[in-house]
Amino acid sequence: MSAIALREIEGRSAGYYGLLAGLGLIMLLGLGSAYTMEEHGHVVTGMDNQIVWGMPHVFAVFLIVAASGALNVASIASVFGKTEYKPLSPLSGLLALALLAGGLMVLVLDLGRPDRLVVAMTHYNFKSIFAWNVFLYNGFFVIVGAYLWAMMDYTGTRYVRAAGMAAFLWRLILTTGTGSIFGFLAARQAYDSALLAPMFIVFSLAYGTAIFLLTLIAACRGAGRELGDALLKRLRGLLAVFVAASLYFVAVFHVTNLYITQHDGFERFLLLEGGVHTFLFWTVQVGIGGAAPLVLLLHPALNARRGALVLASALVVIGGLAQMYVTIIGGQAYPLVLFPGMQETSGFYDGQVHGYAPSLPETMLGLSGIAVALLIVAVSVKMLRFLPERLADTAGEH
Amino acid sequence: MIVALTVAAAATAAYADAGRVPTPKIVIEKGGKCVEDVAVMRRNHMEFLKHQRDDTMRRGIRSTKHSLQQCIDCHASRKTGSVVGSNENFCQSCHAYAAVKLDCFECHSTKPKAAAAAGTAVAKGNP
Amino acid sequence: MSDVNRGRRQFIGWGAAALGGLTLAPGVMLFAPAQARAPEEAASSRVRWGLLIDTTQCDGCTACIEACRRENHVAAPSRKTDPQWIRKVELKDLRSGKTHSAPVMCQHCEHPPCVDVCPTGASFKRADGIVLVDRHICIGCRYCMMACPYKARSFVHEALTDQNPDVPRGKGCVESCTLCVHRVDRGRNPACVEACAAAGRNAIVFGDLNDPNSEIAKRVATYASTQIRADLGLNPGVRYQGI
Repeated sequence: MSAIALREIEGRSAGYYGLLAGLGLIMLLGLGSAYTMEEHGHVVTGMDNQIVWGMPHVFAVFLIVAASGALNVASIASVFGKTEYKPLSPLSGLLALALLAGGLMVLVLDLGRPDRLVVAMTHYNFKSIFAWNVFLYNGFFVIVGAYLWAMMDYTGTRYVRAAGMAAFLWRLILTTGTGSIFGFLAARQAYDSALLAPMFIVFSLAYGTAIFLLTLIAACRGAGRELGDALLKRLRGLLAVFVAASLYFVAVFHVTNLYITQHDGFERFLLLEGGVHTFLFWTVQVGIGGAAPLVLLLHPALNARRGALVLASALVVIGGLAQMYVTIIGGQAYPLVLFPGMQETSGFYDGQVHGYAPSLPETMLGLSGIAVALLIVAVSVKMLRFLPERLADTAGEH
Repeated sequence: MIVALTVAAAATAAYADAGRVPTPKIVIEKGGKCVEDVAVMRRNHMEFLKHQRDDTMRRGIRSTKHSLQQCIDCHASRKTGSVVGSNENFCQSCHAYAAVKLDCFECHSTKPKAAAAAGTAVAKGNP
Repeated sequence: MSDVNRGRRQFIGWGAAALGGLTLAPGVMLFAPAQARAPEEAASSRVRWGLLIDTTQCDGCTACIEACRRENHVAAPSRKTDPQWIRKVELKDLRSGKTHSAPVMCQHCEHPPCVDVCPTGASFKRADGIVLVDRHICIGCRYCMMACPYKARSFVHEALTDQNPDVPRGKGCVESCTLCVHRVDRGRNPACVEACAAAGRNAIVFGDLNDPNSEIAKRVATYASTQIRADLGLNPGVRYQGI
C-alpha cells in the first residue's frame, strides 16, 4: 500500500483556540472543585457514608474503561493485521492515554487525602485489586507510550507488532482489573459477579470505539482533512457489534441475578422500582445507549449517513455514562442485607434505599476529566504527527 | 542538614540582620530534661515518632518514651494548652520556620491528655 | 521478656482480676480481660479479642452508643455524612413478627474484606484480631467501605477538633470501631461493654475467644450464637446470641 503521511494539524484557527479555551475552562473549574472538596472535606459533595462512591467515580471509571477501548483501532491494525486502520493507530493510542489520564485525574482528586498520592505509589497491599490497578494503569502508560514511539519513529517500526500485542494484552488485563474492582465485592448484591470483568471489556470496546469515532470525525473536520466513507463504514460495523454485545452481557447479567432468589430484591429495585435508577437503566442505558444506536447504525435508510454515525456514537457515550451511574450509584443505593429474612431499621439507614443528589463540585470534577482528556488530544495533534493528511477512500488503497 | 541546623541555631543575629525570617522563639515552660538530647531530638524527632507510631498502632506497644502524647504533655503551651495554633506554640514555631508541613494534628489531639479528657467530663462521670 | 516473667505477670493479672471481681459493686459484673499486657509488650496472636452480644438482654437502650461517642469523641450524628461507629439495628422477623434489637459495630473479622481490598495496607488486622485503620497511610479511597458487609465503616467528611488523645481521627480518612483498642491495651473493657454493664444489662461480653477459661469462650461453647452474614465465611470476632 502507498504510505499515508501523518502530519500535525495547523491549529491556528479561532475555532481551535476556542476549543482549547473552552476545555481549559472546564478543566480549571474541575480543579477548583477538587480544591473545594479538599479544603472543606467531602461534606460539600452529595456523597455520604451510604453512597460512598459518587459522580467522580462514574466519570472516572467510564473514562478508564473507554481508554482501553480507544486502543481498539490500533490493535486491529497491529495485532489483527488490518492495514487499512494503520494510519489511525497513533490517534487511537493517543486517545487511549488521554482518556486514562483524564479518568485517573478525577479518581485521584476525589480521594480523601489526594496529598498522599505518593503513599498510593509506595505502599502496596498485593491482595487488593485496587493496588494491582495502580500497576495496570502505570503499565498502560508505559506500554502504550512505547507502542506510540514504535509507530511514530521510523527506528521503531520493527517493534510495532510486538508493542501492539503487548498493549492489546495489557488493556484486556487492565479492564479485567477495572471490572473486578466491583466483581470482587462479594458482600453487595449488585456486584459479586465474575461476569463484571468480561462485561466491562465489552463495554470498553463500545465506549472506546464511539469516542474514537467522535474524535476522528471532529478532528478531520476541524483540521480540514479528508475522511472517506469506506473506513467509517468498517468502524460503524464494529461499533454495532460492540453495542449489541454490550446489551447481550447486560441481559445475561440480570437474567442470572433474577434466577438467584437471593438477588430478587435487588433486581426488582433496579428493573422496576428504583426510580431514577430504573429510568437510567431502561431509558438511557438500554434505550438511548443501546437500542437507538443499533437502529442508527444498522437501518438501511440511515446507515449511509455520517450524521447518523455521529449521533449513534454520542448516544453510546451517554448510555455508557448512564450504565456507570446505574452500576456504581444504583449498586450502592440498594441496602445491604445484614439479617436475611428480617426487616431492618436503624439510625444508620439500614434497610432503606439510599438517595443521592450529586453536588456541583463533584459533577464538575467528573466533567473536567473528559475535558482534560480532550485537551491532551487537541494539544498533542498540533505538537506531533498523529492525524493522517488524508483518509479519502482512494488514499492508501492496494 | 546538620550544618543547616547548627547555623540556624548559632547565627540568629546575623540572619536577622540580613532581613531573613527570624529564627523561632522556642518557649519550653516545663523544666527538666527531654527524653533525648535536644540536638538529637531536633534532628531525629520525626524518626522517633514514626517508629513509635508504627509500634503502637500496628503492634499495640504503648510505651511512652517517644510517643506524641508524651511530647504534647510536656510541650503544650500553658497559655493556650496546645502545641499548635500560633507561631509561639512549640511544634508550630519550628515547623513554620522550616516550612515543613505539620500533618499530625489533622487527626491527633493538640492538647495534653489530662486537658483533653477534662473536655469530656460526661465520660468521667459515668459509673 | 522471659517466659517466667510473663507467666508471673499473668499470674499477678489473674490475681488482680479475681480481686477486682470480688470487690465490684453488686449488680455490676465486669469481665476484665485477664491478660493486661505490659506497655512495651506487643499484642499477641495467641489472643483473639471478641464480643458476644446477647440480644435477649438488649432493648431500646442506647447506653453502648452514647458511651462509644463519649469515649471516642464522635459527635452524635445529624446528617448522612456523620460517622457512626456503633448503631442499634432494630429487627423484625418477616414471618414470625419477633423483634430484636442488636448493636452493630465493626465485626473484627478473621478474614476482613476491608483489609483485603485496601490498596495501601492502611486497613489491617492486629495480631490479636482487632481490625484497625492506619490513618497515616489511608488515602481516603473508600474501597473498604464498599467491601464491608456490615456498613461498619465511616468516612470523615469534614475537619475535626477536640479528638481524644488516645483516639486520633481526622478528615479524609476512613474509620470504624477500634474495639476501644486503647483501653484493651491497658487491660480495660471497651466503653460499650462497660456502659452496658453499668446500665444493668450485661448484654455485651468482651474477652479472649482463644482462652477456654474466659467468660466469652465458655458462653460461645455452651450456647448457640450466630455471626452476621456467616455465609460469607469471614469469621467475625463479634457474635450474637438470641437472634
